[in-house]
Amino acid sequence: MPGLQVPLEHVLMMAAALFIAGLVGLMVRRNIIFILMSLEVMLNASALAFVAAGAHWGQADGQIIFMLILTVAAAEVSVGLGLVLLLQRRFKTLDMDNANRLRD
Amino acid sequence: MMESLFYMAGFVAFTATVLSLSRTNATHALIYLIISLLAVAVMFYLMGAPFAAALEIVVYAGAIMVLFVFVIMMLNLGQAGEQRERQWLAPRIWIVPTLLALILLVEMALAITQISGTTSGVEVTPKEVGLTLFGPYLLAVEIASMLLLAGLVGAYHLGRRSIDRSRQS
Repeated sequence: MPGLQVPLEHVLMMAAALFIAGLVGLMVRRNIIFILMSLEVMLNASALAFVAAGAHWGQADGQIIFMLILTVAAAEVSVGLGLVLLLQRRFKTLDMDNANRLRD
Repeated sequence: MMESLFYMAGFVAFTATVLSLSRTNATHALIYLIISLLAVAVMFYLMGAPFAAALEIVVYAGAIMVLFVFVIMMLNLGQAGEQRERQWLAPRIWIVPTLLALILLVEMALAITQISGTTSGVEVTPKEVGLTLFGPYLLAVEIASMLLLAGLVGAYHLGRRSIDRSRQS
């Protein structure tokens, strides 16, 4: 199936809306799992913008940057969830405000 | 008519994302987030990027979300976690960052409205993606592999310390 001819500004608006949803979630939520999920949403929104730009030019570069973003997201989430487990074990909570001390 | 599919997928993606990030239960939030990722995959496919759509489902909805599910199951948050989460939504802390971010939002909206043009309607096949990926972007592949290795070592290091401690205690 050939791709659709969607107006580029609509796709970018969509990506911006998703990014803003992730940003608001990042600022409002204090639970570290939700913070990581918000980061995923923001990365995904930027990936949407890249794929849209790649589709605009009809080139593969957008999808390649999408794959690199996917790599970054996978690495980030694996380390982040390792930190979640440490946080839960050490502070007995997932509230980021309780983890404000780098010492002890 | 086919364009309306795209806007429906976009609507589903945005609604599911907002619902996901406003849940108090982490598991319910994950289900909404997976729906959002699937909707974004539909958008990728409709824009003529089938390989990106497949990767979105396989890697994002398949692998990364399963990681989240495992961690949530290991933590076993339950009802007490939900009660605590409801108290954490205090507006006093994020009002200034929100104002600053709104300025950037206005700038971005102005910039986006200047853009004209459509997506080309050409399907970029997986073959083209592979040829470009292992041609001009070969260095990026190497860097990505090193990044993944660093993530692997970091995750193992963090996880191993917690496993050792639970054995001792």
